[in-house]
Amino acid sequence: MAIDWNAFTPASALAGGALIGAAAALFAVLNGRIAGISGILGGLLRPQGGDIAWRVAFVAGLVAAPAGYMLLSGLPEIRIDAAYPALVAAGLLVGAGTRFGAGCTSGHGVCGISRLSPRSLVATLAFMAAGFATVYLLRHVAGA
Amino acid sequence: MLYTFTAFLAGLVFGVGLIVAGMANPAKVLGFLDVAGAWDPSLALVMGGAIAAGAGAFALMRSRTRTLLGAPVLLPVAGKIDRRLVLGSLVFGIGWGLAGICPGPALVLAGTASAKGLAFLAALLAGNALYEFLDARRRSDPVA
Repeated sequence: MAIDWNAFTPASALAGGALIGAAAALFAVLNGRIAGISGILGGLLRPQGGDIAWRVAFVAGLVAAPAGYMLLSGLPEIRIDAAYPALVAAGLLVGAGTRFGAGCTSGHGVCGISRLSPRSLVATLAFMAAGFATVYLLRHVAGA
Repeated sequence: MLYTFTAFLAGLVFGVGLIVAGMANPAKVLGFLDVAGAWDPSLALVMGGAIAAGAGAFALMRSRTRTLLGAPVLLPVAGKIDRRLVLGSLVFGIGWGLAGICPGPALVLAGTASAKGLAFLAALLAGNALYEFLDARRRSDPVA
């Protein structure tokens, strides 16, 4: 393991993380819900009365974030290296996997671990391990 | 109405946090997942910062039945750790490792009008729909 010190951005990582945690805290304290993005988004495909507006609003907030950020400063670098076939395969796996696993990086990773949920800890270890393994296989075995 | 507005606000702050943290840049996420290459450990600090900022709020809400706005507290009760949770999370992790995008950043990327981001989001929604289809079949046929 060799750390890429040039890519390491501890200050912005901690500041961004604190904002993410603050958003999750706000949502828990005011709305009484978990800021789990896969569940909020996926729940829109299973519409129930009175359950739609807040989901749409949360999703709209995320989509509006780049515009909000640009009011203050230019967007940082965003680079998507994956080609379209890989992106589509990845999207399908993320879309189905997060629903079967009942959570993603936000709901299990941030909120679940903040709540000391054993279920979320197991889910987080599983998706992190699968993510590490996939990148290892792609970059160091398949040589992509 | 206020409930919907605070949901929007939470989504917006969450999304800005993802951009600040570098989570909205798939190349940086893959740099974190590539532990055997030039490793960028930044994203571990994102999760650390988020948990530090969020944990207090979740501890506060644990003993409450109403939020500060008077809405019911709907935080999940401890569920069981089953095959579905682990397999779903593994599938999610494979998709995450393929493209470096999880559900929150997918929505933020859509907000930048990135063609690749939108393609990923479309596939993610198709994956959500696939889950709904399979889950509806499972519930109507308990043997499967």
